Amino acid sequence: MSWDTFLWTTLAVSLTLCTFSFLYRDNPFYKFSESLFVGVSAGYFVIILWYNGLVPTLFDRIWVDPSQQWYQIWSGGWWSGLVTGKWWYIIPGILGLLMWFRFSKKKGWISRYPIAFYIGIATGAAIPLEMQNRVNRQLADTLISPNFSAGFIAGISDIIIVLGVICGLFYFFFSVAHKGSFGAVAKMGIYILMIGFGASFGYTVMGRISLFIERVQSIRDWVRMGWDGGAGGIVVIWVVCLIVLLLVLLELMKYLRGRPSEGTAQ
Amino acid sequence: MNIFERISRLDRRWIYLILAAVVVITVMLKYETPIRISPEVRSVYDFVEAQPPGSYIHMAIDYDPGSLAEMHPMTYAIMEQALCRKLKIIMTALSPNGPGMAEQAMLDIMDSVKMHCGREVVYGKDIVFLGYKPYPGIVILSMGQNYRLSFPSDYYNTPLDSIDMMKGIANYGDVNGIILITGTSGVDYWISYANGRYNAPLAVGLTGVMAADYYPYLRSGQIFGLMGGMLGAAEYEKLVKRPGRAMEAMRVQVWTHIVIILFIIIGNIGYLISRRKGEVK
Repeated sequence: MSWDTFLWTTLAVSLTLCTFSFLYRDNPFYKFSESLFVGVSAGYFVIILWYNGLVPTLFDRIWVDPSQQWYQIWSGGWWSGLVTGKWWYIIPGILGLLMWFRFSKKKGWISRYPIAFYIGIATGAAIPLEMQNRVNRQLADTLISPNFSAGFIAGISDIIIVLGVICGLFYFFFSVAHKGSFGAVAKMGIYILMIGFGASFGYTVMGRISLFIERVQSIRDWVRMGWDGGAGGIVVIWVVCLIVLLLVLLELMKYLRGRPSEGTAQ
Repeated sequence: MNIFERISRLDRRWIYLILAAVVVITVMLKYETPIRISPEVRSVYDFVEAQPPGSYIHMAIDYDPGSLAEMHPMTYAIMEQALCRKLKIIMTALSPNGPGMAEQAMLDIMDSVKMHCGREVVYGKDIVFLGYKPYPGIVILSMGQNYRLSFPSDYYNTPLDSIDMMKGIANYGDVNGIILITGTSGVDYWISYANGRYNAPLAVGLTGVMAADYYPYLRSGQIFGLMGGMLGAAEYEKLVKRPGRAMEAMRVQVWTHIVIILFIIIGNIGYLISRRKGEVK
């Protein structure tokens, strides 16, 4: 057993238990793990963005002289790096900096220029492709003629899909009262929608349970790792278990004394 | 107040406790749950099997540690299969908190391939990790023109032209297909841009929460395979004959689902009784 790995895993297991404690009620252990997660995620993201985004796609393109790094611009020879690099990348760099004017009440309008660039490029790229691939192709595929050559069930499925879509659309048509035959089709539409939501809900339950199972598997693997690691590992496992047990007992005593703490499970 | 009414008013924490007990007990048990292979998962497996040795696939690892439970088993099973078949893999990670995790997975898989297939996977010859870049939509579009536009260098800052396996590889046209494993809405970009704009064959592995929403794209042929959540991962593990965490988890899933269904039935009976008594409208 590698002690390095084991101790990091012990930390992960402890934080997992801290997080799960929220299922009982809000508490300082949960708050600690939540704050740690948010802080670490934000810090990690900033560093990843810097070294994977700004440095290779902006600074390293502006200055290509291998002897000169972008942060050594004042140490001499920077001009040769700049002129041999793609200096025009300074323009998007400046546009990026203009975004920071967002924080100024008086000069906030300046940030609208880079936002306009960004939205213009994004919508120009997105609208035709989104219309083509997420609207037109889906519409065309929905209204395709029933394909019984692929089998009787497949042909019936095609018909059900067309009818289901039409019924679903009827339900969302509110300009006419949902009465008579129109109401019957709309009611069928709500049943179709409920079947769809049911499928999503079933998958969602599986997904949420999967997250919990993986954590339990990790805790089991941690126990195995410590157990196989000899006396030191077993002591660490016992210490963690005793701390958890002690906290549970303390909470139980509070409960039995009829003085439940403030806060409820969400 | 009868038993059904009492249970329907049970403190939710008792339900958490019962579910936790069921999960812990069934994780300790050892038996295999029968798993049926669905056509949409089999088509991903068949695609990887059909590729000749030396051909390229793009693995997009677009998830962060929050979705690791469902996504990692898919990533491990597919990449091990591909590397054992001597395919070359270009990896990207377009989820902000994902690159470190993706790198760790890559190193684990390289070790695992050596252990199970007796093959030494060499970084730069068999696999390359390009890392993360912000704005997935723009990155996916630019990779369709040239990988070097968004990734002038790989995750370890080595210029792409200095990497053996990237020589002569320009864009999606040079890879035989893209397998996207994702827990984010970035899948829409891959469908619209990589498949829609550049006609790159695309298969997806999604979290359970997302899976039902993407079946229409399977039917329209915009994706050629779909693995949904832990079940999709378990099916793939079964196909590659390497039982892992997903197959093990399905055993637990069966029992937890039984418990949840029982609670739903009991809760509804309690609700109906209360309604009959006029306590609930």
